[in-house]
Amino acid sequence: MFMKICQTTLALASVVAFAAPASAELYGAKSATLANGMQIVAIANHRAPVVAHMVWYRAGAADEPPGKSGIAHFLEHLMFKGTAKYPDGIMDEVVARNGGEQNAFTSHDFTAYYQNIAVDRLPLVMEIEADRMRNLVLAPKEVDTEREVIIEERRMRVDNQPASILDERLDAGLWMTNRYGIPILGWEKEMRGLSRDDAFTFYHRFYAPQNAILVVSGDITLEQLKPLAEKYYGAIARDGEPNARQRATDLAPTADVSVSYADARVRQPRWWRKWIAPSYNVGDKADVYALNVFEEIAGSGSTSKLYRSLVVDRKVAADVNASYDPGAVSYGTFTIGLNPSPGISPEQAAAALNEELAKLLKDGISDADVARAKDRILAGLVFAKDSALGAAQAVGGMLVVGIPLEEIENLPERLKAVTADQVRAVARKVIETSASGTAILLPKAGA
Amino acid sequence: MRTTFQALVLAALTVTSAAQAITVEEVKSPGGITAYLAQDHTNPIIGLSFMFAGGSALDPDAKLGLSGMATALLDEGAGDLDSFAFQSELEDRAISLRFSADRDSVRGSLSTTTQASAKAYELLNLAMTKPRFDAEPTERVRRQIQVSLKSEAENPNRIASRTLMAALFPDHPYGRFDNGTPESVAAITADDLKQWVKTRLAKDRLLVAAVGDITPKQLGEALDKIFGPLPATTGLDARLPEVRATAKAQEIKVEKDLPQSVIYIGQPGIKRVDPDWYVAQVLDYSFGSGSFASRLMDEVREKRGLAYSVFSSLQPLDAGAFMMGGAGTRSDQAAQSLEVMRAEWKKIQADGLTESELDDAKKYLTGAWPLRFSSTGRIAETLLAVQKDKLGLDYLDKRNSYIEKVTLADTKRVAAKLYQPDALTVVVVGPAAKAAEPKPKRDRERKSTPNP
Repeated sequence: MFMKICQTTLALASVVAFAAPASAELYGAKSATLANGMQIVAIANHRAPVVAHMVWYRAGAADEPPGKSGIAHFLEHLMFKGTAKYPDGIMDEVVARNGGEQNAFTSHDFTAYYQNIAVDRLPLVMEIEADRMRNLVLAPKEVDTEREVIIEERRMRVDNQPASILDERLDAGLWMTNRYGIPILGWEKEMRGLSRDDAFTFYHRFYAPQNAILVVSGDITLEQLKPLAEKYYGAIARDGEPNARQRATDLAPTADVSVSYADARVRQPRWWRKWIAPSYNVGDKADVYALNVFEEIAGSGSTSKLYRSLVVDRKVAADVNASYDPGAVSYGTFTIGLNPSPGISPEQAAAALNEELAKLLKDGISDADVARAKDRILAGLVFAKDSALGAAQAVGGMLVVGIPLEEIENLPERLKAVTADQVRAVARKVIETSASGTAILLPKAGA
Repeated sequence: MRTTFQALVLAALTVTSAAQAITVEEVKSPGGITAYLAQDHTNPIIGLSFMFAGGSALDPDAKLGLSGMATALLDEGAGDLDSFAFQSELEDRAISLRFSADRDSVRGSLSTTTQASAKAYELLNLAMTKPRFDAEPTERVRRQIQVSLKSEAENPNRIASRTLMAALFPDHPYGRFDNGTPESVAAITADDLKQWVKTRLAKDRLLVAAVGDITPKQLGEALDKIFGPLPATTGLDARLPEVRATAKAQEIKVEKDLPQSVIYIGQPGIKRVDPDWYVAQVLDYSFGSGSFASRLMDEVREKRGLAYSVFSSLQPLDAGAFMMGGAGTRSDQAAQSLEVMRAEWKKIQADGLTESELDDAKKYLTGAWPLRFSSTGRIAETLLAVQKDKLGLDYLDKRNSYIEKVTLADTKRVAAKLYQPDALTVVVVGPAAKAAEPKPKRDRERKSTPNP
């Protein structure tokens, strides 16, 4: 419903992990690189005469200078203010008058802008997007007003939601010096200090073709896209080297953090634990696919092992869910969360979870479990290409964190190659030896 | 024995004149069940969306939440399959089967690969004709609902919407919180659930839309297999008494210690069948549903930075329409945000739209129409809505012409009667108002300083 959103959840990242169909041509994405270093990708889907047009920048909240938390997301908002050619916010109006919807989102590793629009209007949105890659104009007053807007966004997404307040604290404790511990929206005090100059510094450093990836999905082929991309994006000069993104990978290996938070607004207690996990870029890639299979076995859906044991049999939790996010430049995360049943404390539910996890890791994963989980994941991949925007988000989200297109398209083959021993080994490695952070959300006593 | 193909293609029309257009057909099964179909054989995927008229508003007071609980349990065991077996059959084949209930209808959607479609249809039929309501899943789902009721009780937006509905429809089922209460959910029995299936799921209140890798003949057979065994009718009348939403000035404060207050504003709306519906749609786009093209976004967020989210929407329920506006705004400036929103209500009622706003709205609403057809699920939902509102098979072709016909005079005429700034029900969820000095107005002209 609301535009200019901020990617603060794992949702997109989890889609990214798995969204690829099981045929030989997964997305059928075709790629080329412009002379200025900008990668361009077309994903053909000719069902309706529409396209999703996305530009992904290799710069996000983890690229912010110290003390400037939130500047990547603030800039994302300010990018809609204008250029000399499209001043005073009229690009929103221009896109809307042409029947388009536009939006943007920011994560720790990237910032992405997109328009959904009729294919015959594609040149228009390419022109606008290319224009604002280098020609942003910001009136000081607009910056001041928009700063209030992002602070309202923070109030809505964090301050008004006790679970988000706790998750912020958890990340700060878990990630230590890794920039993933900084909230994407920023700390409020630092947000208040973000200036027009800060926005331009970040913009000029990162918004350039060698740091950008164009993904167009829908009624388009690479042959049709190429001349348009050359015309609009190819005209922009390269400006230095791609953002190298040396993310911290020096976390202490087994520092387990636990944070509990009691809030008078809370009625339903919650519990979740995040483990630092391998990603496509840190650790062994084979571990990523094995962990995807473990996620499916342990906590995906109502036939998963943890759901059966904790929710159906022991009834200590109303639900339980595992999610793995490997789409990161630095480490990934593996998360298990639950809502305790009425009358059960989070600690009681967590104790039961630990017992069931221990059983699962000891001898609870059979070869048949692994084969079945792989088949389920593979069967579901056929739906990934269905939505033009969904496919663009999945492919772009992986490319922008440095996963090559070949790796993306080969996901089914990689999954098929996973062995039961790999799944058992990587599950034990992550759950038993990785650093983790535990969050316990509680009602305030007497409230 | 050979079966004869009787599926009738009653008509075939295209949604746009563009080369890659979507063709929609009406298919009638050998057993007499009709459905809208948009074939698309690009990917081996089939999507079905369907609905039964009559939703949670029909639940008895003492069993409020019944429709929600029943729909959550339909896929938790049916026929010879217990919950685990049923869910395994779905998950092993990547079949997605979902049921839900809103105030006016029970809805379902099925998404399957072509390969798994026969099994998918069988499971969907079982879920509707032979749900088991075994004790374990029933108690489990009851626990889950109790937990979600608690979670909703902490959510400022949910509190605001519940309060608004209760105030707009005080003596009507629409005014109830249809997810139920801890007590009403605790009171639901296995008999209630079985009775719910018998009285709610029947062919005389069924609508179906299909999209994807399926031919009319295959769909005809699927319709009979899935829905054929349902009763032709039940004794229950799905219609609700007609109601007009409250039209009086009132302000309801729900005190919560929140850094950001949630404001919801409601008043009577316009029904989908009203001949002025398209005028209202154009008005609402410019007023608050058009995101950054809307007056509310411009005034509250862009000019003043008072909110991150601010919007309006038309809510045409079957038995009584309402419309609403909303914003999340820092608590110490909630009064100012509300004042700005009220002023916009007055302004649009007095003047309707400007020529350029009308033009912008038409261009967006007509230009964005093809975006509705960009995924299997969205196409199916659109085709279902066309049937629900009895818009006809040619609606996909004609819809943009209805928008084009709206005139400036129409916007003034309809705005004058639709928007009722003196009869707004206002709900504010937030801290008790402090006796602070009102903030000075910070009006900012958006386009007064063209950039060099």
